[in-house]
Amino acid sequence: MSININDVEHVAKLARLDLSEQEKEMFTAQLSAILKYAEKLKELDTDDVEPTTHVLHLSNVMREDEVHESLPIEKVLRNAPDEEDGQFKVPAVLE
Amino acid sequence: MSNYETVIGLEVHVELHTKSKIFCGCSTAFGAPANTHTCPVCLGHPGVLPVLNRQAVDYAMKAALAINCKIGDVSKFDRKNYFYPDSPKAYQISQFDQPIGEHGWVDIEVNGTTKRIGITRLHLEEDAGKLTHTSGGYDSLVDFNRVGTPLIEIVSEPDISSPEEARAYLEKIRAIMQYCDVSDVKMEEGSLRCDANISLRPAGQKEFGTRAELKNMNSFRGVQKGLEYEQYRQAEILDDGDKVIQETRRWDEAQGKTLSMRGKEESHDYRYFPDPDLVTLHIDQAWKDRIQASIPELPDARKARYTSEYGLPEYDAGVITSSKPLADLFEESLTYTSDAKSVANWMQGELLGYLNANNLELAAVPLTGQALGELIGLIEKGTISNKIAKTVFKEMLQSGKLPQQIVEDQGLTQISDEGAIKGIVEAVIAANPQSVEDYQAGKDKAIGFLVGQVMKQSKGKANPGMVNKLLAELLPR
Repeated sequence: MSININDVEHVAKLARLDLSEQEKEMFTAQLSAILKYAEKLKELDTDDVEPTTHVLHLSNVMREDEVHESLPIEKVLRNAPDEEDGQFKVPAVLE
Repeated sequence: MSNYETVIGLEVHVELHTKSKIFCGCSTAFGAPANTHTCPVCLGHPGVLPVLNRQAVDYAMKAALAINCKIGDVSKFDRKNYFYPDSPKAYQISQFDQPIGEHGWVDIEVNGTTKRIGITRLHLEEDAGKLTHTSGGYDSLVDFNRVGTPLIEIVSEPDISSPEEARAYLEKIRAIMQYCDVSDVKMEEGSLRCDANISLRPAGQKEFGTRAELKNMNSFRGVQKGLEYEQYRQAEILDDGDKVIQETRRWDEAQGKTLSMRGKEESHDYRYFPDPDLVTLHIDQAWKDRIQASIPELPDARKARYTSEYGLPEYDAGVITSSKPLADLFEESLTYTSDAKSVANWMQGELLGYLNANNLELAAVPLTGQALGELIGLIEKGTISNKIAKTVFKEMLQSGKLPQQIVEDQGLTQISDEGAIKGIVEAVIAANPQSVEDYQAGKDKAIGFLVGQVMKQSKGKANPGMVNKLLAELLPR
């Protein structure tokens, strides 16, 4: 599987990345090379192997339903680009 | 309009009423000041780890079993990637290919016919934040309190054939979730939400037509109205020989129509992948059995019991069991009176009439089963007339007092003393010679007027049966 410049543009758009023409060409080549390398794995016979979604052999890690203290509002808003009335203020999103 | 078949599938989101969020210990309480129920985990700060709330899993399993889903032995969480300011991590933790439950069903009743609607899946996920738009329109404000509230999404099969069925299905899902006690299921507070996929196809055609996804239907009525409008809109397009465009549309309650939400389309590329921060869930039979055993009697079973045990008509049993608080009130009343049909009548007439007219929930009035049961007892004993009982009932809804107390406080006891009533009847006869003459000349309506006058004179307290009897005796024809 190789990818073309349209794929790169699509993925960049989904990731909200603004790429120059030069970068698009560069990433097309680099991403193709990465995928090609990964193709090698297909040579292995994995018919009897369970899909691995996790490297840890743990399951059912859960916590009890208990309320803990939240972060003070000043600290919460320290990461806001802008604020108003205790809320994060962002450029308008129109629906 | 040509003959089309409507095909509808619903996606219902139900907020689980855990105390804390699904992946952190922040409170899920509704109505707190903006962003005061947030922490590094739900705000998506770097380096934090989500830890799954056991209660959320139990609730999701309970909900899944209640709608007849099969619970998988293995379930896991995946990331659904999208950029939107309501999601601080730029992904939502959801479930993709191994949801909590699959292959369920619920039965709905529309126009006296029962129909089974298939449930594709039920999965567990986290809720997003809440956006409001400033008046100038240049900015949006984000409140992340709701981020991380546990949600279940219930996806139906495209088995729903009309807006009316869609509403019945949603009402059934709400009732089941309410009986299971996993959610507050309040559409006005957003703890129950519904999106719909709707398409039309020529009658008899096998393939589905092009569908529209419908959002923003914030009430049961809105769901039905929105789908009715969309059904009409698509039929018009097809009648003109045009093609329906696959898109997301928003129901605008004020305008009474659906509007295209342009620009939401390209985001439908979510690139799901397993969330490496959360380990797999293995659900063994003992766990499933424990949850199964916790499921209470559900609305359909209660409805069947009300018809067989109390002899209620199907319709009455359906109305009363459609809401758990209503059904509980009904049963509580029956420890104070044996007249189940009267209880049902009072609930459907006076009680629901009052609640609907004032847009209230049952929980907002201080009515108890004891008060309702005893009210019916007072009518049976002849202490008060049906008409006075309505006045007493209104007072019960306001003050929460027992009916006997209200009757005593306001001196509403029915007058059944023949001598006392006779005096009033005689006075009314003397004062209304024209009506007496009309009645004796054969105008039956005139007696109604005379009865009314007696009731008025007695402030509604005269025993109506006795009034009729005395009038007939005193005015022979």
